[in-house]
Amino acid sequence: MENIKLECRNITKTFGKVYANRNCNLDVRKGEILAILGENGSGKTTLMNMVAGIYFPDEGQIFVDGKEVVIKSPKDAFEHKIGMIHQHFKLVNVFSATENIALGVDDGKRYNLSRISKKVIEITQRYGFIIDPDKKVHDMSVSEKQTVEIIKVLYRGADILILDEPTAVLTPQETEKLFNVLRRMREDGKSIIIITHKMHEVLSISDRVAVLRRGEHIGTVNTAEANESLLTEMMMGEKVSLNINRSEPKDSVDRLMLCGVTSVNEEGRKILDNISFTAKSGEILGIAGIAGSGQRELLEAIAGLHHLSEGTITYIDPKTEKEENLRDKSPIQIRDLGVRLSFVPEDRLGMGLVGNMDIIDNMMLRSYSKGKSAFLQRKEPKDLAERIINDLHVSTPGATTPVRQLSGGNVQKVLVGREIAAAPSVLMAAYPVRGLDVNASYTIYNLLNEQKERGVAVIFVGEDLDVLMELCDRIMVINSGRVTGMVDGRTAKKDHIGLLMTKSVEGEE
Amino acid sequence: MAENKKIKTPLFHIVNRGKDGVAWYYSLLIRAAAIVTALIVSGVMIMLLSGKNPIAVYTSMFNGVFGTPRRIWNLLQNVAILLCISLAVTPAFKMKFWNCGAEGQVLVGGLATVGVMMFLGDKMPLPLLIIVMIIASVVAGMIWALIPAVFKALWNTNETLFTLMMNYVAIQLVAYFLKVFVKDGSGVLTPMPQYGLPIIGKYQFLLNIIIVALLTFVAYIYLKYSKQGYEISVVGESENTAKYIGIGVKKVIIRTLMVSGAICGIAGLLLVGGTNHTISTTTVDGRGFTAIMVSWLAKFNPFYMVLTSFLIVFLDRGASQVSTDFRIPQTISDIVTGIILLFIIGCEFFLRYKIVFTKRVKEEG
Amino acid sequence: MVAFLVSAIRLGMMLLFGSTGETITEKSGHLNLGLPGVMCVGASCGCYAEYIYLSSCGENVIPVLAVLIPMLATFIGGAFMGLIFSFLTVTLRANQNVTGLALTTLGVGISDYMIDKTGDIYIKGALYFKASLPIADKLGWFGKVFLSHGILTYLAIVVALVTAFVLNKTKLGLHLRAVGENPGTADAAGINVLKYRYLATCIGGGIAGFGGLSFVMDYLNGNWEYVIDDIGWLAVALVIFTVWKPNLAIFGSLIFGGLYVASSYISGISFAGKELFKMLPYIVTIVVLIFTSMRSRKKNQPPESLGINYFREER
Repeated sequence: MENIKLECRNITKTFGKVYANRNCNLDVRKGEILAILGENGSGKTTLMNMVAGIYFPDEGQIFVDGKEVVIKSPKDAFEHKIGMIHQHFKLVNVFSATENIALGVDDGKRYNLSRISKKVIEITQRYGFIIDPDKKVHDMSVSEKQTVEIIKVLYRGADILILDEPTAVLTPQETEKLFNVLRRMREDGKSIIIITHKMHEVLSISDRVAVLRRGEHIGTVNTAEANESLLTEMMMGEKVSLNINRSEPKDSVDRLMLCGVTSVNEEGRKILDNISFTAKSGEILGIAGIAGSGQRELLEAIAGLHHLSEGTITYIDPKTEKEENLRDKSPIQIRDLGVRLSFVPEDRLGMGLVGNMDIIDNMMLRSYSKGKSAFLQRKEPKDLAERIINDLHVSTPGATTPVRQLSGGNVQKVLVGREIAAAPSVLMAAYPVRGLDVNASYTIYNLLNEQKERGVAVIFVGEDLDVLMELCDRIMVINSGRVTGMVDGRTAKKDHIGLLMTKSVEGEE
Repeated sequence: MAENKKIKTPLFHIVNRGKDGVAWYYSLLIRAAAIVTALIVSGVMIMLLSGKNPIAVYTSMFNGVFGTPRRIWNLLQNVAILLCISLAVTPAFKMKFWNCGAEGQVLVGGLATVGVMMFLGDKMPLPLLIIVMIIASVVAGMIWALIPAVFKALWNTNETLFTLMMNYVAIQLVAYFLKVFVKDGSGVLTPMPQYGLPIIGKYQFLLNIIIVALLTFVAYIYLKYSKQGYEISVVGESENTAKYIGIGVKKVIIRTLMVSGAICGIAGLLLVGGTNHTISTTTVDGRGFTAIMVSWLAKFNPFYMVLTSFLIVFLDRGASQVSTDFRIPQTISDIVTGIILLFIIGCEFFLRYKIVFTKRVKEEG
Repeated sequence: MVAFLVSAIRLGMMLLFGSTGETITEKSGHLNLGLPGVMCVGASCGCYAEYIYLSSCGENVIPVLAVLIPMLATFIGGAFMGLIFSFLTVTLRANQNVTGLALTTLGVGISDYMIDKTGDIYIKGALYFKASLPIADKLGWFGKVFLSHGILTYLAIVVALVTAFVLNKTKLGLHLRAVGENPGTADAAGINVLKYRYLATCIGGGIAGFGGLSFVMDYLNGNWEYVIDDIGWLAVALVIFTVWKPNLAIFGSLIFGGLYVASSYISGISFAGKELFKMLPYIVTIVVLIFTSMRSRKKNQPPESLGINYFREER
């Protein structure tokens, strides 16, 4: 029992009637990296949030250095030298790095920013970070923000660091840099917990792995004795094949052609920079890139939601082969042209659906304006809602349940179901499996594949390179709004895509 | 030793009830409890100020509201006006546009009516005059709401303060009007009942009440079953979704505020043409603000608004009777209304959340 | 001209109190639309305290106490309104706009009640508040414009400067700003969001309350006849006008004060014209609102989570 830094014993937490964690046991030693592995929704983050004082457990105890502690707030967590780096960064945008780091620290000394930034620089040198202490957070890249988060925790003298999905937003190269920093911290005697669902990262960085499934702790194993199939089995409960059924594209013709698409934001920076590509019918075109490289703007530009300063978006009608320029047309105008374009946006409840409306009213979003009557026609949407609930096995009390109450996977089924119901000829999906469990993810992949086989041009924006490489026929890589490469999904190498994701064009940066 | 230290756990925590919330009888119970508590608090307050016993206070209150047929008509008339203004602000609120300018919109509607009465009253037959009055008041209310709406739509200008400021501009406009056109310089305009809206039978306020009752149904159907009502809900819930499905958000904002302003204009018409037959800077008397809370507390449902506006008018009339009976200043009714509103606003919490007391985990050994 | 400036300064300082108080409140993420009510209640409490004090000691009035007692009562009254607001929005999680408007209804009602009680006792009380430096009279227009005011006028400037300093240069200010910008972050950093919101709103309410008191005592010379809700809204507008900076608000308040009183000092317009002239501050506010909304920059924006309640365990 010596050397155990942190221990969770029989932790249980419920949200409403759902168990987020049930009787979880977990320990981490001094100077080790523990990975917590589990599918989305398996309760990893909730468990760690209780250690970090964000949630309070319904039952169970937490021990630090062998003594029972009560962590009611993040402040209590800091007192026990526990610091968490959340997946969604907790930074104040209008503050500088130093101000963010100073936030909430009570060291009894007078508030003096230059003293704090000196100490910040000390920390960065010790562990090999690079950061400008005076830079404002809203001017920072994702990786810089993460660095600030880590320094923030170290500045408070944390001995236990919890990182929630730290690599989700990083390129493979940035990930490697982060892992080097983490290894240095381990040598320094820190205990590090890293939450992830990526197998290869677990194997490359951790000393031990704790596996969670549906809120329960399945077991902890030494990484040296573990392998991919053992961990997968622990994670899934049963052996499942991870293969996505990818058929060869048939009768592919050009459906959507973008040429020199460029857009400029309010500050004059180019968000999309001379993007040209063609999406073909009967294939899935993947788009890979670091978060915020222009993926969202690109899809929104095609859907008529984002203004372009240059370029053309040409749609070729599958029946008449007539060409239409969609640039700067509103979604309604695009639809009135007879273009069957469906779009599953990244922000499901904030854009694709209205959370407080029920499933029927959400079905109407796309179709309500049809017809001349001033009043709504709820019959068709009701039938559609019931059909989707049946066909896609949406688990819901009924069609009149507000979608906000559904789980992430069911919300996505409703959204994708509605978009597919419009019989699209182009289907765009942005991060359609984010936050979904394995089963729901595969339902979505299968739906996309089905559409592809029907001759739809599918555009898929994803973050998990493994999935992109298994699902897509071609993968386009973008960085800072520019296309940095187009690779074949069947032959692409992950490292290569990773390099393209950070590659700059014309020697900038 | 150190372990003997008692471990503190939070006594309770708060859990969201979710959308399906609570049983109807429970929600009724909580709201009733809030109103009763508020009545007790204000009763005690009045008691302290007037030195009368609470039973007398409440008796006087009921008497003031229901005592004579005239008082009941007054009550219904006031409910109708408040309800009308509440209906007016509702579409805007549902769209999350904080229209705090109902006060001004009603006032300019009333001003337009008075203007028509004064200058055209003797120039055309009554039926035509009334049509002109209706058009004038509706257009005036619409314009007053349109101005902040356009800026909100184009530049996302803060509508709360904009509409508030428009209220005072409207008030000054009325003050100006009274200074210029009241010949004797007193600033008080003699009522012109000869140009008022028609009276049904001998019930002066019946027409107002019927109009507002009709309006309530129309508003309910408009919000719930029309395409425009659906667009309002979508824009209110999420502007991004609205854009995504191609709703012209700007268009909806402007159109909805025109509806809102038009109904305010009608309220102005009813106040001036159907009730007072004159205008002053205090014709609306803060009802533009009260309407906001009426609408909010009724969760934007026009039929619930009948109840909430009734409650508020009841309190207001009741308290003002109390003030007459016990010779305490009239403004006591504002204080009572304020207190009740705060209580009802507060009680919503218990409808949305429940408090769960932490189970103590028994430790052995 | 001198009289105009004096009057503008006095009204401006009232607005300054209001806007400083509201700035503190808004920096914590609370949009308190009850500000007019808060100022009304501040004035009511202060005046009532003065009434009690003066009527209880007859001739033996201690001037310092005649000023300090009402001030204390004002602060408590304003802070209590802030407390009601915080309790409803923080603890009971009510909508901030609706709560604020209800507070305004309540506050204006209370002050309306107090006005009816006025005898000449407020006028007597105002004399103590208006006691100024003896040298003011000897320095001609300069003394009149800058030195002839009562203690509240100077206090307003001091409070605004201190607030600006605390917000920008201290840890307390850093924490408060963080709470208003991103309460989730502040919470994760171990800052007690609820405490900061409660405290900022109460202190802000107390300071805003002085605005009401200064209006009655300095501007109206104790001759309190009408409600001051419109000026309360101007104070809210001033916060936006001066982009949440109390030090800028010192100058902003003078402009607003000048506009508000201008109609009484401009000769050659009719009675009716004056009514039109009184629209000016509101129209200027509207123009300011439009201009602030047209320039959209990362700097000078309202606190990011202004008007949004924060609950930690929401899911």
